[in-house]
Amino acid sequence: MVNEGKKRVWSDYQKEIADDHFFYVRSCIRQSFYPGSEQFFLNFLRNDLGKDVYENPSHTTCTGIGYHGDIVPFSTTQTVVARHFALMKESGYKNIAISCVTSFGIYTEILETWKHFPEELEKTREYLFKATGREFDIPENMAHTSDIIYKFRNEIAAKIKYPLINKQTGKPLKVVEHIGCHYAKMFPKHGVGGAEFPRVLSGMAEAWGGEVVDYPERRHCCGFGFRQYLVQANRGYSLSNTVKKFESMRPYEPDLVLTNCPGCNMFMDKWQYTAKEMEGMTFGSNGQSIPVLTYEELAGLVLGYNPWDLGLQYHMVQSEPLLRKMGIEINSEDKYRTKDGRQMPIPQNLINA
Amino acid sequence: MEKFGFSLQKARVINYDSNDRSIVEYVLEREPSLKLCIECGCCSAACTTGNFTDFSLREMHILLKRGENNEVRNKIKKCMLCGKCILVCPRGVNTRNVVFLAKQAFQKYSAHAV
Ligand code: SF4
Ligand code: SF4
Repeated sequence: MVNEGKKRVWSDYQKEIADDHFFYVRSCIRQSFYPGSEQFFLNFLRNDLGKDVYENPSHTTCTGIGYHGDIVPFSTTQTVVARHFALMKESGYKNIAISCVTSFGIYTEILETWKHFPEELEKTREYLFKATGREFDIPENMAHTSDIIYKFRNEIAAKIKYPLINKQTGKPLKVVEHIGCHYAKMFPKHGVGGAEFPRVLSGMAEAWGGEVVDYPERRHCCGFGFRQYLVQANRGYSLSNTVKKFESMRPYEPDLVLTNCPGCNMFMDKWQYTAKEMEGMTFGSNGQSIPVLTYEELAGLVLGYNPWDLGLQYHMVQSEPLLRKMGIEINSEDKYRTKDGRQMPIPQNLINA
Repeated sequence: MEKFGFSLQKARVINYDSNDRSIVEYVLEREPSLKLCIECGCCSAACTTGNFTDFSLREMHILLKRGENNEVRNKIKKCMLCGKCILVCPRGVNTRNVVFLAKQAFQKYSAHAV
């Protein structure tokens, strides 16, 4: 195919990502498990790039976990999301930045529903007005926070301090990227690269010097699966899915897993601990486990942020082997110290520590 | 094993990289007619053993070809080598010889000793 044609085909897989003035919506679990990710995102956009990012304190859950767990009806979910759109309208914003792939999936599902079933949109307008007296507009641009980091990946690459290169061997680090099912599998046109060629994370990894691993179960679920996990007796399904994925990537000896979604990150991180405790399984090279990072944590690392400020110590699988490969100097004594110098309790049984 | 209140299920994918095809290779070398098998199941339908137990020659063929030997190792002992299956096979597979050679292969490779 001539270059011209290739470009035209590829343009169908692109999405428009707003440049400034974001109405930022939080995730339910991200701040608790990976607090550094959100802090990096807000700080990088506001202070490094000088963008306007607004966060409304009245914002709530999107109901995603309850919706996918079959305990929240879709009409309720639509109304809750409509309320977020109303908050956005009241604050004078038109571009929404969603920081969780589950939420992103909920938002895309709702927007597509309203497009194909306008009567649902009317019903939702009515429910929201009756319940809260609020009115809303549909956002002009909807981006996941990783889309925004992807958009500015070359700006990050220009300031890079620790590229994704193994300092000992000089070879690029092997990155497993996991974009999450709800990012582009359900409504491909909302994701960068669609469902077939998702570029959002691989674009970042390559721009920062890494090499993306293409392994058989690359597009397999992280194992969360909502219902599979929420009932304890079913969790074996969730774990088995994760193990299947990790067994498939093991022969490629990846140096890190890069995730898009807070839920995927949690499962790919914490199930490695569970698989090790249950069956003694490990999936990284030299009998170690594979560090699982969010895209913001990785962006922070390559830019030279202190790993402990990024919150890498809050993961189950510790990142020291990766930090050593990247040549990042770390002070282990600061790992569990607060900013004002107090010692926090040191967790037991951490992996790779 | 830690008690987590749930357990890990083994994946049911057929992993040709880790499966062991040495038994079927031994059989195919000596009885190439097995390659003609279309897994129609006529042999299983005709089989007296299959009529009274859960033994199925078609299943044995499929598992052998995949290299999933564990189940075959024990089940194949049930065959009486009567040869009724040969009479019905539309592809002319020498089924009795397949069973015979598979048993021999299991004996031969000590790791698989019956
Ligand atoms: S009857 Fe012949 S072709 Fe059919 S399954 Fe048996 S061996 Fe294969
Ligand atoms: S030879 Fe074995 S498989 Fe064939 S009909 Fe007889 S008992 Fe069944």
